[in-house]
Amino acid sequence: MIPSILHDLIFDYTLRNVALGSAILGIVGGVLGSFALLRRQGLVGDALAHAALPGICLAFMLTGARTPIVLMLGAAISGWIGTLLILRIVRDTRLSEDTALGVILTVFFGLGIVLLTQIQHSDNANQAGLDHYLFGQAATLVSEDVRTMAVVGGIALAIVGLLFKEMKLLAFDPEFAASIGFPTDRLSILLTSSIVLAVVIGLQTVGVVLMAAMLVGPAAAARQWTNRLGVMVVLAGVFGAAAGVTGAMISVSARQIPTGPMIVLCVTALVIISLLFAPERGIVWDSLRRRALSRTVLASRPGERK
Amino acid sequence: MSAQETIMLTAVFAGAACSLVGVFLVLRRMAMMADAISHAILPGLVASYVLANGPNLAAGILGASAAGLLTVVLVEALQRSGRVKSDGAIGIVFPALFALGTLVISRWFANVHLDADAILFGEIAFAPFDRLIIGGQDIGSQPLIVLAALTAINLGLLLLFFKELKLATFDAGLAAALGFSPVVIHYGLMVAVSVTTVGGFAAVGAILVVALMIVPAATAYLLTDRLGWMIAIAVTVGAGSGIVGYQIAWALDVSISGMIAVVMGAAFTLAATFSPSHGVVARMIQRNRQREQFSADVLLLHLNHHPTGAESLAALTKELGWTAGRLASAARRIERTQLVTTVGDELRLTPLGQEEARRLAAGLGVK
Repeated sequence: MIPSILHDLIFDYTLRNVALGSAILGIVGGVLGSFALLRRQGLVGDALAHAALPGICLAFMLTGARTPIVLMLGAAISGWIGTLLILRIVRDTRLSEDTALGVILTVFFGLGIVLLTQIQHSDNANQAGLDHYLFGQAATLVSEDVRTMAVVGGIALAIVGLLFKEMKLLAFDPEFAASIGFPTDRLSILLTSSIVLAVVIGLQTVGVVLMAAMLVGPAAAARQWTNRLGVMVVLAGVFGAAAGVTGAMISVSARQIPTGPMIVLCVTALVIISLLFAPERGIVWDSLRRRALSRTVLASRPGERK
Repeated sequence: MSAQETIMLTAVFAGAACSLVGVFLVLRRMAMMADAISHAILPGLVASYVLANGPNLAAGILGASAAGLLTVVLVEALQRSGRVKSDGAIGIVFPALFALGTLVISRWFANVHLDADAILFGEIAFAPFDRLIIGGQDIGSQPLIVLAALTAINLGLLLLFFKELKLATFDAGLAAALGFSPVVIHYGLMVAVSVTTVGGFAAVGAILVVALMIVPAATAYLLTDRLGWMIAIAVTVGAGSGIVGYQIAWALDVSISGMIAVVMGAAFTLAATFSPSHGVVARMIQRNRQREQFSADVLLLHLNHHPTGAESLAALTKELGWTAGRLASAARRIERTQLVTTVGDELRLTPLGQEEARRLAAGLGVK
């Protein structure tokens, strides 16, 4: 069975596209998610994914076409507007970041639903399937989509790759970065904009609702294995890609298993394994160490030392 | 009661019930927990569907509440383990639970009416037709009754524990020291959030429940510093958006839940922009005033350094490196309060100005 899946992975058109698309999403999500997670902005991706919905609908209403590239552009623009508004709310009002995320997430999503019903009530025969962006529909990926995803993802990776030093400083010590003259505001807009690109890639694969997992999961898993940012970023990309390909393969080889949720469950499995068994930080080793320590302490109690 | 009145009343009670608990979520910086709970109830519904052998109101509420609580417990356990922060914990737990629910539905219940998008968006327009029937007797619209009951319960709990909630929210340490357990209050609140989400999602959809919890409370927080007022404003915004949103959605023939969220977004935007105390405009005016005052103070101190206490505008522009506009407005400001006078093309400190400059310098600890 395994060799036949490997054979299909290379020669089956659908499976190849789904696996490649999921792998790209996994890499980009893992890498960008690492920076977001270290800045405690893990849920930004969730908010931006929801904020992309009205853009998708508007792009469709304006062009009347369901071309992925047009819809992705719409998604990116409205996600980006959401980003700027979140940063604005946090900077200029007394509201905390999670409240700002919640407000933008729900209001943009509400607007998206309004537009979606507007489209559905119009007599546009082309509209079917627009709601698949909510839960993703990886099985419909064609090789052109995969190419688009690769280009968009490449741009996002290039941004953080070229600005690695700056992004590192921003993640660990933003005050210091600002004090030595880095444009921290512009850098954080840039980072969040790259996350928008990752979200845009994810919309077709895992959909709006499960996007949070692709940004948080691989990064959180990778964090357990290392204390070095460079290693964490690479590892998160590898974890994301592994979960993407595995999830895609399981969902294609079994009946009625949706791809998005399966990928997310693979990510979750990686997170659980990492939390429990990662060297140094693993919970299992930690509790073993603690037990050994308490035994040593008990053994060396003065009263028992004769 | 007409169908329209039923829908509007349902929306009003949804707004009231949700914003009552939402105020505390926003104040405790736990807004995204509502989002997590609203998604994570899906597997709970699936489990109760399986256990009860079909759709069942009581089993559904029980299963979904349990799933909501499980989310809270898992997120907190992850946070306490010290391996991930709160945003990471939320981002790991709720997608996992939601994915599990979606997977089980599409694998085994593909032909059953248990729809992930129905749970997310709901359809409040069906509220009048979803009847609560007890002992063969039609009592009324089920969503309306459930949400009215939730509003009453949340209001009752709020009135009973107002003091405790207030203290635990603003000063958890003091609350603990005085013997009110913040843990009990925290979990009590989380139970209320879970139950309210469960009661609300069938009528208005999970996303609108989250919107109703967060947006009115955030709007109110921008308008007042008093908890009582904040609750009153939040409930008004939540319930009022229900009525306005319904009217607009009906006129345009679009999603009612979505439109209610959009109307709340408009209310939030207005508050964030024009709130007299915390709005963007008010802050901008305040910041400008501070900047002008600072320029005026610097100009005063600078003039005081000159032995003559006077200098020409041209020289001042050069020495301070300011634009002509900034200098002119600073000069106007201190001329109006008679700290300087214009003599020819020179600004000259008045005796009052010298005194003020000395006072400023002393305050700053400079000569």
